[in-house]
Amino acid sequence: MSKIHVQTTINGEQVDFLCPPQQSLLEALRETLGMLGTKEGCGTGDCGACSIILNGRLVCSCLMLAAEAQGQEMTTIEGIADADGLHVLQEKFLEHAALQCGICTPGFIVAAKALLDRDPNPDERTIRYWLAGNLCRCTGYDKIVRAVQDAAQQLAYEA
Amino acid sequence: MGEFAYVAPTSVADAIDVLQEHARSGRRVQALAGGTDLLVQLRGVDKAPRTIVDVKKIEETNRLDIGSDEIYIGAAIPSALLNENAELKALLPGLVEAADLIGSSQIQGRATLGGNLCNASPAADTTPAMIANRGVCVIASGGGSREMPVEAFCTGVGVNALAADEFLLGLKFPRPPARTGDAYLRFIPRTEMDIAVAGCGVSLTLDDTGVCTAARVGIGAVAPTPLRVDAAAEALLGTGVGDAALAAAGVACTAASSPISDKRGTVQYRRKVVAVLCRRAGAIARGRALGAA
Repeated sequence: MSKIHVQTTINGEQVDFLCPPQQSLLEALRETLGMLGTKEGCGTGDCGACSIILNGRLVCSCLMLAAEAQGQEMTTIEGIADADGLHVLQEKFLEHAALQCGICTPGFIVAAKALLDRDPNPDERTIRYWLAGNLCRCTGYDKIVRAVQDAAQQLAYEA
Repeated sequence: MGEFAYVAPTSVADAIDVLQEHARSGRRVQALAGGTDLLVQLRGVDKAPRTIVDVKKIEETNRLDIGSDEIYIGAAIPSALLNENAELKALLPGLVEAADLIGSSQIQGRATLGGNLCNASPAADTTPAMIANRGVCVIASGGGSREMPVEAFCTGVGVNALAADEFLLGLKFPRPPARTGDAYLRFIPRTEMDIAVAGCGVSLTLDDTGVCTAARVGIGAVAPTPLRVDAAAEALLGTGVGDAALAAAGVACTAASSPISDKRGTVQYRRKVVAVLCRRAGAIARGRALGAA
């Protein structure tokens, strides 16, 4: 079958790739582009491990065709840290030990970034509801929620 | 078998061309909106090759208009966008809440009312809310376009009324008149992100003395398709929507239901719960209608 040529913007850089029509964006990121930070958990939109920010909106990359990325702008976990170092969310996840095995962590960081981008001062309830689509089977969530709260405070302090 | 293909037409005419060409050749074709059902089915229960027609690049599927008479929601508008629209939330809070019940933040960024309807699940949360709000499907067709009430759209479990050369452009709702309120409630065993055991949407209009002058009731997950229950609406009409009228509406919902027993609930349980949901949704809709006076 013929492959589709996709031009898209990932973490600020123009990227071109070829994909089969039925390939998911997650598969294209990981297998074609070698961007392994975005994880595959369930592959059915239940676990949030594959979360990316697409045109400012949090989505599961497993529930999008790669071909749908044509002309879009996305941020993946690889685009969260900058040249100066880790993003505050990443620092706070380390500080609060908000991860154990780490598989869910990129999805949580990306989802939390999407939340703080729209709501810099979320309460605990808002954080828990927003992150309800991200599953972690190790930490029990409390440390993750505290890390996000702490990151929000730090970002407010820096602003 | 055929092969997979992906096309993203930018006009209704181009999309119809693709559908007609497939109808002629007998090759399989399927419309894609948010993809939150389609992509899951593609990985699991239905992997067969097909042409996927992405309808998100078409102007008419991306419009969200709140007019003086009519509200139009394009078939590609994601739930998150509905929830961020304060005017829509004020006019049709029950419908927006129904959309907001479906899935996580990630799903909300993609999932659409149009997709929820076309997927034709008996348990689709937004369908009873759309029925209650007198929703009308705007369908692009080889012969032009046609309209159909939402309650006529689902014809069976996973089956809808679209012909081979048709796709859903969007949904229309009459702008609610003064003293109108709506609500949708569903029951799930968890607090979040589950599939309805039963659901009920109610829309009510009251006159300035609090008497109900218009009512619509839709129920879900208690029959092969979501249903409009006229007997429930009639039980509310001409009343002050007190306990007795709400109880009668609930009884009518139970009578209209024909559920199955499965892991989420038994026939008996679903028939009982749909009445409770009708009473409670009716009371919320009444409160909203009074508040909106």
